[in-house]
Amino acid sequence: MIYLYSFLFAGAVCLIGQIILDNTKFTPGHVTGLFVVLGAFLDSFALYDKFIEWFGAGALVPITSFGHSLIHGALAAAEENGILGLLGGMFNLTSVGIVSAIVFGFIFTMIFKARD
Amino acid sequence: MNKEKYKELTSKIVPKEDKTKNALVAFLVGGLVGLLAQVIVTVLENNFGFYHKDATSVMIVLLVFVASLCTALGFFDNLVSKAKAGLIVPITGFAHAMTSSMLDYKKEGLITGIGTNAFKLAGSVILYGVVAAYVFGIIRYVFFGG
Repeated sequence: MIYLYSFLFAGAVCLIGQIILDNTKFTPGHVTGLFVVLGAFLDSFALYDKFIEWFGAGALVPITSFGHSLIHGALAAAEENGILGLLGGMFNLTSVGIVSAIVFGFIFTMIFKARD
Repeated sequence: MNKEKYKELTSKIVPKEDKTKNALVAFLVGGLVGLLAQVIVTVLENNFGFYHKDATSVMIVLLVFVASLCTALGFFDNLVSKAKAGLIVPITGFAHAMTSSMLDYKKEGLITGIGTNAFKLAGSVILYGVVAAYVFGIIRYVFFGG
């Protein structure tokens, strides 16, 4: 059942993104930026945690989860170290995605050539 | 030529995008990415004995790896132009944005090309994500006590 929920949630987020893309002048950059802010906003009420509980990995894959992980790591660190933790813990949970994107991107850029 | 006439002319030539089809394709492709992610997590947990947290990290790394590789091999752009938001909104879009901007500026050198342009497209995601998380984080920390 979790598979179906994953499918539906990830699909629905992409569907909303596509509708915004088609009906406004927003570029993909606008949409991803908007979704990250939305994810961070939803997690300020601990709502996105519930999404992950209900929809499994389907909620972890869309870019909204990036905003969620940013604020989640920051708040978790803030609980231990106070206001400084907010700065120190920001990338605690998202570093996996960012670092792997940087490292793989760089390695593949070194190996392959751009295609026209 | 005035504006209305120009619009009339171009509207005949520019192919009309089928919004319903776009939305359906985005839903299906995005859903499949989510489904695949859940399959990876479940398989890692049940068959390889990963903890849930590690399994989700490995899943993210795998998706980023595949998206980066496909971008570098040159066929991810085609997929994105067909699936649109279905591949842009998931983490694959982030990896695609980074790898393609690095590849595009490779010929301008290691520092001025790849270095300065790596975050050209992905930068907005990180910038606005961090600013939003900081503001919301402060609000929640100060007013709701974390």
